[in-house]
Amino acid sequence: MSTDNITHVRSAHVSHHFKDATQEYDSGKQGIWLFMVTEILMFGAILVGYAIFHHIYPDMFAEGAKSLDWRLGFVNTLVLIFSSFTMAISISFVQKNQIRNAAIALATTILCGAVFMCIKYFEYTHKFHLGLYPGHYLDAAKVGAHHANLGMYFGFYYTMTGLHGLHVLIGMGLITWLLIRTIRGDFHSQYWLPVEGVGIFWHIVDLIWIFLFPLLYLVG
Amino acid sequence: MASNNNSNNEANVLHPHITPMSTYLKVAGALFALTFLTVIAHQFHTQLGALAGPVAFLIAAVKAAFVLLYFMHLKDDNNTNRVIFATGFFFLFVLFLFSVVDIATRVVEVSPL
Repeated sequence: MSTDNITHVRSAHVSHHFKDATQEYDSGKQGIWLFMVTEILMFGAILVGYAIFHHIYPDMFAEGAKSLDWRLGFVNTLVLIFSSFTMAISISFVQKNQIRNAAIALATTILCGAVFMCIKYFEYTHKFHLGLYPGHYLDAAKVGAHHANLGMYFGFYYTMTGLHGLHVLIGMGLITWLLIRTIRGDFHSQYWLPVEGVGIFWHIVDLIWIFLFPLLYLVG
Repeated sequence: MASNNNSNNEANVLHPHITPMSTYLKVAGALFALTFLTVIAHQFHTQLGALAGPVAFLIAAVKAAFVLLYFMHLKDDNNTNRVIFATGFFFLFVLFLFSVVDIATRVVEVSPL
């Protein structure tokens, strides 16, 4: 593969089991979309659980949401949307062979991910400081909770944001890998499938947060 | 792959659909605006009452549609990927529907013991 890229720097590399470059590209992207379905179903199942228990204990969820600082969630939403934007334009830059711009866009995306995780870290440590733990670890009497089962809200909060945060960390790692390969010159107007694939993953992480922010921080 | 000039070479060429920068800027602007709208709508949650949740969810759904169509390129993608994506949401809907039907039709039973 590498020798081919050296001899035909600006042509797509087509493996022998593919008919043409378009089929190879579509196959790779299709695999990413199948993976996205598993992501949707994983987070979707937790969201369905959230909807059901929110319906049963609306007041308890409202109390939980009030204990979160919506401004931090709001800033994090803007940060993630901006990172999705920089991720999307990095693909356009690669397609136009503007490799330097693509590298800058990818680096900005990683930086946004880091900002997101920093804010998340401060939120978590603040919650731990207040004794707001998930499930039965939350002592309702000690934290002065109005609802004895407030721990359930924080069970959902930590599961949803924790799983999401894990995806942000994995995404940052993958984008770092993309950045290294971009600087190395692996990607060009005829080969950008890894950038597109990781991009789709990063956007679904953004998409999940778009739902988590109003559900956890605002409506509760 | 031996020659760059024969007719077979066309098979090795990708013709990418490059989304213009202006489209990405517009979409990002819309997403930022809708995030502000989410927070503004929340300021009226006492007036909205039970509608506050569905309103927030609706705005999030519009934002999600923007991300899917433009950032994730479903707008210019082939139908296979659209169907794959729709399958995910279909089964999520099935899970939601039957869970809600189950919860809503439960009868409270008091143990005679």
